[in-house]
Amino acid sequence: MHTITLNGETDFDGWRKAARLLAMNGVAPEDVTWRVADGDEPELFPATLDVPLQEMRGTFNVPAHFVDLAQHVILHRNPERFALLYRMLWRLRSNHDLLQLSTDADTSKLESMAKAIRRDEHKMHAFVRFREIGREPQSHFVAWFEPEHHIVELAAPFFARRFADMAWSILTPDLCAHWDGHDVSFLPGVDKSMAPSSDRLEETWRTYYASIFNPARLKTKAMQKEMPRKYWRNLPEAGLIKPLIEKAERVTSEMIAAEAQEPKKPQRREDAMARSHSIAPTEYPDDTSLAALRDEAADCRACALWKDATQTVFGEGPKHASVMMVGEQPGDREDLAGKPFVGPAGQMLDKALKEAGIIREKVYVTNAVKHFKFVPRGKFRLHQKPATPEIKACRPWYEREKALVKPELVVAMGATAAQSVFGKIVPVGKTRGRVIDLDDGTRVLVTVHPSYLLRLPDEEARATEYANFVEDLRIVAAHLSEKARAA
Amino acid sequence: MDVKRKLEILADAAKYDASCASSGTEKRDSRDGKGMGSTDAGMGICHSYAPDGRCISLLKILLTNACNYDCLYCVNRASSNVTRARFTVDEVVQLTLDFYRRNYIEGLFLSSGIIRSADYTMEQVVAVARKLREEHHFRGYIHLKTIPEADDALIAEAGKYADRLSINIEVPDEGSLKNLAPEKDVRAIRRTMGRLRLKLDEAREGAKPTPRGRTAPRFAPAGQSTQMIVGADSANDATIIKTSANLYGSYHLKRVYYSAFSPIPDASRSLPLRAPPLMREHRLYQADWLMRFYGFDPDEIVGSESGMLPLDMDPKLAWALRHRDRFPLDVNRASREDLLRVPGFGARAVQRIIETRRISSIRVGDLAKLHIPRNKALPFIVLPDHRPAVHLLDSAQLAERFKPKAKQLGFAF
Ligand code: SF4
Repeated sequence: MHTITLNGETDFDGWRKAARLLAMNGVAPEDVTWRVADGDEPELFPATLDVPLQEMRGTFNVPAHFVDLAQHVILHRNPERFALLYRMLWRLRSNHDLLQLSTDADTSKLESMAKAIRRDEHKMHAFVRFREIGREPQSHFVAWFEPEHHIVELAAPFFARRFADMAWSILTPDLCAHWDGHDVSFLPGVDKSMAPSSDRLEETWRTYYASIFNPARLKTKAMQKEMPRKYWRNLPEAGLIKPLIEKAERVTSEMIAAEAQEPKKPQRREDAMARSHSIAPTEYPDDTSLAALRDEAADCRACALWKDATQTVFGEGPKHASVMMVGEQPGDREDLAGKPFVGPAGQMLDKALKEAGIIREKVYVTNAVKHFKFVPRGKFRLHQKPATPEIKACRPWYEREKALVKPELVVAMGATAAQSVFGKIVPVGKTRGRVIDLDDGTRVLVTVHPSYLLRLPDEEARATEYANFVEDLRIVAAHLSEKARAA
Repeated sequence: MDVKRKLEILADAAKYDASCASSGTEKRDSRDGKGMGSTDAGMGICHSYAPDGRCISLLKILLTNACNYDCLYCVNRASSNVTRARFTVDEVVQLTLDFYRRNYIEGLFLSSGIIRSADYTMEQVVAVARKLREEHHFRGYIHLKTIPEADDALIAEAGKYADRLSINIEVPDEGSLKNLAPEKDVRAIRRTMGRLRLKLDEAREGAKPTPRGRTAPRFAPAGQSTQMIVGADSANDATIIKTSANLYGSYHLKRVYYSAFSPIPDASRSLPLRAPPLMREHRLYQADWLMRFYGFDPDEIVGSESGMLPLDMDPKLAWALRHRDRFPLDVNRASREDLLRVPGFGARAVQRIIETRRISSIRVGDLAKLHIPRNKALPFIVLPDHRPAVHLLDSAQLAERFKPKAKQLGFAF
């Protein structure tokens, strides 16, 4: 039988040194007794070994996770911890995967002990309450805390990071931590009487605690689960818990029984809070009638699409643009920004316009359907194609926009846009790339939607289709320059 | 009026907001000795708990409880007779610093009644955060409530100082918002959420390391959240869950908080007074988890005609009872996705199962070590030493087994 005496309750290095030596000498866990030196004893390890152990060279491997686990578990108050850790170390040498086996009794026990330590550390971070001695800037903040386990050294760095600019001390029965603005030092535990018993802010804090509590939702079990009673002793607000609970039921029933108020006439409201529906000051100051139309469309409820979307995405561009480009519907980014063609498809369009020699700011850009249609999938919104009733419901907005802008050429991008512009389903493939005159005098050019280009999987097809798209836009460009010459 | 009295009024006015988290922001500390405070990148810290079971991690107050609006569910509405108070910017700053130094709180959650204009109110709220950060170098957590339709520059500044921004959607159904809060405009709320998401996306993109360094300014690293009041209108749970799914998907909210409508003092006659549906609120939080962490589709969570979640069992159990044909499941073989659907199997337990079963097969005796409640799970699973009786899964009594015994809500002293 070997007796190992460690230097203190949290002597991880001593344990580690002894455990390595024991294991390399093949000493079975049942043949070891672990103890902690009580203050006055000189350092005893390894003098009490019954059989001298060979100091051996070399080392052996354990999973990295074990070291972290052991460093936590050793802080537990359970006196069995040193033996349990040594048994685990012993077993790990022949079964390297043991720590992944949550169903193993030792693994499970170590995990729950480590969890208790982390929880206690977390509670210490939360429930330490400093009391001020003296007044700033000369003040010293002192707390009294009674941790469940030996966690003072583990928890102290947190306070050093947080309260670097003030002098503080945390006193506990086991060990005290002191911060001087540069380093944390540890001194032996003290008695509670050493700690200050009040603070000038405590009454204010208790006022806050009492006021933030909603008596209509008493849930004392939930409270106790997170703030176990063992911590209450040192929380200035805990004394309020009992009276608050007692009062709660009375207050709530009085509140429910009370005669409800006849709604008072609210005072003013018109002045500053008159809500403006305008989305952003428009960059085209002369389009008052378009702005009015935009405001009207912001409240459109003609189909169900408005419901799930953020906002109506109305068209944008100069009032008398000679070209009006019509897309399908806003996408994710357009929906958030409230502007058409600002997402990936918009960037594609910008690029193609530039290549065709068209200045985007000179064309009017809008969509056939003005709300984003989608289904939510976790953090994403999957774009959905608008259905015919939605295209029809939204068509009047397009028509009214067109009537105000009076473009000479409408560019319908994609099937949805074509359906809206022609008022019926038309195949994009067949009509694409030539200017068609409608009965009402509108001239229309049909092409693909830029998002179609984004969806093409293979690079070559994308390059070809993109080139075709730019070709179509050159027809628009030619139209524009013809117009410029005529002018 | 002294600060303590103001605190009493303005904390009381803030207690109906359910948000409390101080988590998910960037890591900061004050080791440079220039200021005070720290935050963790992961978990926040709850410094206390109120007898209502809710965590107290922040100084949660209103700047003022005076408000131009008249939202019926709100104790601060213009027509209510509550005592009004207003903090100065300096008072809030001092209170935050004093409380923080004593380790009472993780930081500040500042909201406000709407006074004068959206911009004026937002400017006041931002002024507090600016002073804390710039003059006092406060490194703790700051959560600011965004006022809908406030000027873009103010929103950008708020995001520069705050860890989190939020804006409450209020009630799940737009129609009822019109009745309950005539001045509020759900479209404006959504537009603001949309603007916040664009700014959050931009900051995230800009935060990616590039040769030129960070390109976008910091913006609310802990993201945005919202709150929905449950039970003040007639919207059912299916509507609420659908609204949440939409909000998560559209604006990438970190959290949707559900707040059971609570009886308020000086209530308006237009609202029925009753005890808050706390269990309903709890079930909604569970449903929200199923959606976010367990791969459930919003449409499959509520299975009843009424569109309501059962109150007497959790929504995952209720789902399993509706899909008995998918059980029993062999724990040692089933996929992660399927395991996540077994009643009583938490995400952590599923992770442990997957690690463990590579090495050794899982038996009934192991369930306790995996922290899985036996009674709840056993009817749905197969283990080498367990197979549920065939008739059990089919029997009508199965549901009854899980209903809680009537229990007394007490508090032992
Ligand atoms: S999609 Fe068009 S018709 Fe439907 S609500 Fe929106 S603006 Fe109105």
